[in-house]
Amino acid sequence: MVRVDETTGIDRDDGLMAICARYENRPDALIEILIDLQTERGCVADADIAPIAEALNLSRAEVHGVRSFYSDFSTTPKGRTCVKLCRAEACKAVGADALAKAVETRLSAGFGETSPSGDVSLEPVYCLGNCALAPAAMVGERLIGRADADKIVDAIERGDA
Amino acid sequence: MTDPVTIYVPCDSAARSVGADAVAETIAAEAAARGLSVRVKRNGSRGLFWLEPLVEVEIDGTRIGYGPVEASDVPALLDTGLLTGGDHALCVGRVEEIDFLARQTRVTFRRCGVIAPLDLNDYAANGGWVGLRRAAAMAPSEIIEAVLQSGLRGRGGAGFPAGIKWKTVLGETRTPKYICCNADEGDSGAFADRMIMEGDPFTLIEGMVIAGMATGAEHGFIYLRSEYPDAINTFGKAIDIARDGGFLGADILGSGRAFDITLRRGAGAYICGEESSMLESLEGKRGEVRAKPPIPAFSGLFGQPTIVNNVLTLASVPMILSGEPGPGGYAALGEGRSAGTQPFQLAGNVRRGGLVEAPFGVSLRELIEDYGGGTLSERPVRAVQAGGPLGAYIPESQFDTPMTYEALAGIGAMLGHGGLTVFDDSVDMAEMAQFAFEFCAEESCGKCTPCRVGAVRGAETIAKIRIGENVDANIALVEDLAEVMVDGSLCAMGGLTPMPVRSAIAHFPEDFAPSGVE
Repeated sequence: MVRVDETTGIDRDDGLMAICARYENRPDALIEILIDLQTERGCVADADIAPIAEALNLSRAEVHGVRSFYSDFSTTPKGRTCVKLCRAEACKAVGADALAKAVETRLSAGFGETSPSGDVSLEPVYCLGNCALAPAAMVGERLIGRADADKIVDAIERGDA
Repeated sequence: MTDPVTIYVPCDSAARSVGADAVAETIAAEAAARGLSVRVKRNGSRGLFWLEPLVEVEIDGTRIGYGPVEASDVPALLDTGLLTGGDHALCVGRVEEIDFLARQTRVTFRRCGVIAPLDLNDYAANGGWVGLRRAAAMAPSEIIEAVLQSGLRGRGGAGFPAGIKWKTVLGETRTPKYICCNADEGDSGAFADRMIMEGDPFTLIEGMVIAGMATGAEHGFIYLRSEYPDAINTFGKAIDIARDGGFLGADILGSGRAFDITLRRGAGAYICGEESSMLESLEGKRGEVRAKPPIPAFSGLFGQPTIVNNVLTLASVPMILSGEPGPGGYAALGEGRSAGTQPFQLAGNVRRGGLVEAPFGVSLRELIEDYGGGTLSERPVRAVQAGGPLGAYIPESQFDTPMTYEALAGIGAMLGHGGLTVFDDSVDMAEMAQFAFEFCAEESCGKCTPCRVGAVRGAETIAKIRIGENVDANIALVEDLAEVMVDGSLCAMGGLTPMPVRSAIAHFPEDFAPSGVE
């Protein structure tokens, strides 16, 4: 539910205010708030910056700056399922680059892109902590070890992430 | 009815990444269908990842292992007498006697993979809370004396003596003080923090509480990276369970001392593993590094006296205080000023990847060849990157180097967080050098110029070398750039990025001289 707050002129978004209230509107919890927002809505939209700043007593520049600093936040919605492929050294040592090419082809999406169906986004990640079972991938929150394109596509299709 | 047989299947995310959940479910379902009395217990991982999912059956107090098990193996395993430790092609015998595990010295990881991570009874029955109970009866200065005596150094990479850091914070009169646990384990090749948080979370909580008691801090934060959803989930639950059990809160174990922990998640920034950047992030800000001094012990979180320690540093404290091995016993395990044990992590192209906790001084060769068994691809090992993306590439000729802070510094390398990433002879070291710069460009916080601009220029210059453009002049340029980054960067990100680059050029010059050019 979005309506304009009469005193501030800012669109009032009750769901967003509830997320901020979950952290007592504490400015040091800004990142937690943005993570919850990203998780619940798939992005931290431009329109969210002002109301969060208002609630946490921060400047819009501060909120915008934090959103743009951390790679987990996106300004537009990602696909329903996010596939993260590790691009770091331990995975490179066992063929992560070839895997990346294969996955890009299977999903018809490059890194930072969403598949034509709009369902799946592909993101690079630097280490998932599964370096003894590399290459590693993550589909949603499901970690995949000794990953290949088939395992990744299976996990997307199962949707059990 | 007989007592159910206990079968352990790890809930560690690496084990889950290769099918542990399906194995656990299949064992429970198959056993029920056959009318067998079985209790499936989810433990942490032992860190023998090439055997995951490693199923363990407890028979007369001994655990017999089977691995790597797939869900489709379960019926055959039950047919051949899994519940009585029956023989099968996947049987690896008594788990504690597997050479990889038996030759280790597990102190910090003593319980990891043995117990159910969130079971307070398991934890207490395996030596849990002993260190905390002792600390609760000690004066802060006595706790710090024990940590100093153990010789424990920061396991995050810098290797600063933990006791000295703690002593500095104890000496500060301003309150509140904070304990900040750095669980932003971003180094490729490192997974020990994750294993502890998922496999034995109470030991980290215990270590943080002891740090609070030693310094007068009543609040702790753990900064846990978003790439570890299972660890976030498990550690979050562990905090609640510990609080309900009286191990966190206003009056811990009746000592009259208070301590509580807040879990804060990271959001995908490698730089937030740098301590001052992590503090900025914990304050809800962009993770830009702070100039030092002042050090966090004087002015840390919210400008207050703060201890920033790595997961492994804090998780080692309970054992040091518990008397097993105790401060003196711990110090005696290592070599020289590298006291105690180090959890090494074997990663990348390695046959037996996993966690090896061994006293400092073990050689790189023993770790890679004896524990690791060489490469997964069965090709010759060409290089090992020690200490994550900012660490040196070490050639085979230096594999006899003892793994101590001092010996590694002596060959222009570092221990970092103890991750060891193995590469076979198909690796292109010039490509890895370019990647080191590209990674720095991607993850630099942007605050200081040597790092922000140097990383980009470095990647461009290596790219030119790789296509044979003015090779000698460009290598000289990279050397010059490396010097500027080492001397002029605010933190270790820019300051250490030259380490993998320079080591690659020094030890593998043939990869930087494209054939047929110049």
